[in-house]
Amino acid sequence: MRITFWGTRGSLPAPLGGRAVRDKLVNALVKGADRDLNTREKAEAFCDEALSFAERGTFGGNTSCVQVDTGGGDYLLCDLGSGVREFSLAALQRHGPARPQTYHVLVSHVHWDHIMGFPFFVPAFIPGNRIVIYSCHPHFESAIREQNHAPCFPVEFAALSADIEFVTLAPGVPYQIGGATVTGMAQLHGGESFGYRIEAGGRTLIYTTDAEYKPEDVGRMKRTADFFRNADLVIFDSMYSLAESISVKEDWGHSSNVMGVELCQMAGARRLCLFHHEPVNDDGRIEGILAETLRYEAITRSAAPLEVRAAYDGLVMDL
Amino acid sequence: MTLVETNADGVVVVKAGGRIDMSSADAFKDALLSATTKAAKAVIVDMSGVDYISSAGLRSMMIAFRAAKAAGRAFAVAALSPLVLEIFTISRFNLVFPIHGGVAEAIEEAARA
Repeated sequence: MRITFWGTRGSLPAPLGGRAVRDKLVNALVKGADRDLNTREKAEAFCDEALSFAERGTFGGNTSCVQVDTGGGDYLLCDLGSGVREFSLAALQRHGPARPQTYHVLVSHVHWDHIMGFPFFVPAFIPGNRIVIYSCHPHFESAIREQNHAPCFPVEFAALSADIEFVTLAPGVPYQIGGATVTGMAQLHGGESFGYRIEAGGRTLIYTTDAEYKPEDVGRMKRTADFFRNADLVIFDSMYSLAESISVKEDWGHSSNVMGVELCQMAGARRLCLFHHEPVNDDGRIEGILAETLRYEAITRSAAPLEVRAAYDGLVMDL
Repeated sequence: MTLVETNADGVVVVKAGGRIDMSSADAFKDALLSATTKAAKAVIVDMSGVDYISSAGLRSMMIAFRAAKAAGRAFAVAALSPLVLEIFTISRFNLVFPIHGGVAEAIEEAARA
């Protein structure tokens, strides 16, 4: 199972601005001032070896979209945030517009950052493509249809040329979708949200975003750990700090890095990927949160190590 | 988890020990809320004997902190081990509660308030 992250930011797109690019350049120039960097090869080696990820790159600014490659012929995606535009351009580059494809999409919920990419999902404009959108959310079809509607968008849903279907899923029931077995779980989030357990080829992915986990709700924590049980990767909403999520931002429907580690440790999961990054956090801040999460995992570990990553637009993980 | 409470001059000190996790968080919360009702000035949580505190334990402290604030009492945490201080820092609870190096320092601060 190969996971490709096309959008990892929470709430709204957060593009890297000119000021941030300039700061990265200035920092790199200062760090490399005493080095011989007069060829591209030397400069690339310096970037890769002497600069941290946040110094040489960016976590990115597109909202939620994750591709799950199960090895079958069809595409399988989680969410239709702004990252789906980048995905669709890559898919078109791979196949060209003349070769129809089937795209299966699991939608967590219908808050705007999770569906805003659909009007720019190029395969929807191409005849012959088949797009099947699934969700446990009761209003996902109307929310997606109404996005492609005046005055908010100039192309009406009815004008899209692909064959587009909507399939409502029931939580807790396993379905065969895009070469995987998919099971939904209701999550705590304003307006409802659903996580998905995706199993294929002996590997298990948990996609849980826009989900608040309350430490005092022991029953729900245990049920969640069962849903995550032995997962190879848990993609986890870690938008807030733990203190924020149980104080000033309690009931805002998001979780924390600390809660991600605790639940993954309870579940015996192998990897945790921090996801749905707070848009006000810059690259250095997200890198710092990752370092703290790695430390938290190390000091609370009582069984096999949990690998922790921070998702970024373009990250590919093989499970 | 162990809990020992002392009350002197309106300041209630709750000395906690061991692990505060999902299984002990409710008892911890009840002890802190009880201390809040008895304290005339402040509640101080002596963490010197605590090896580990989970998200559930930190939430118990948050509830007691809110109760103390509503009752007009001070609430502070003291004597965290380096590892528990790290947990407070990573979870950002170091930005929520006043944290003191030792219990005496916390009592002195409460007396000044």
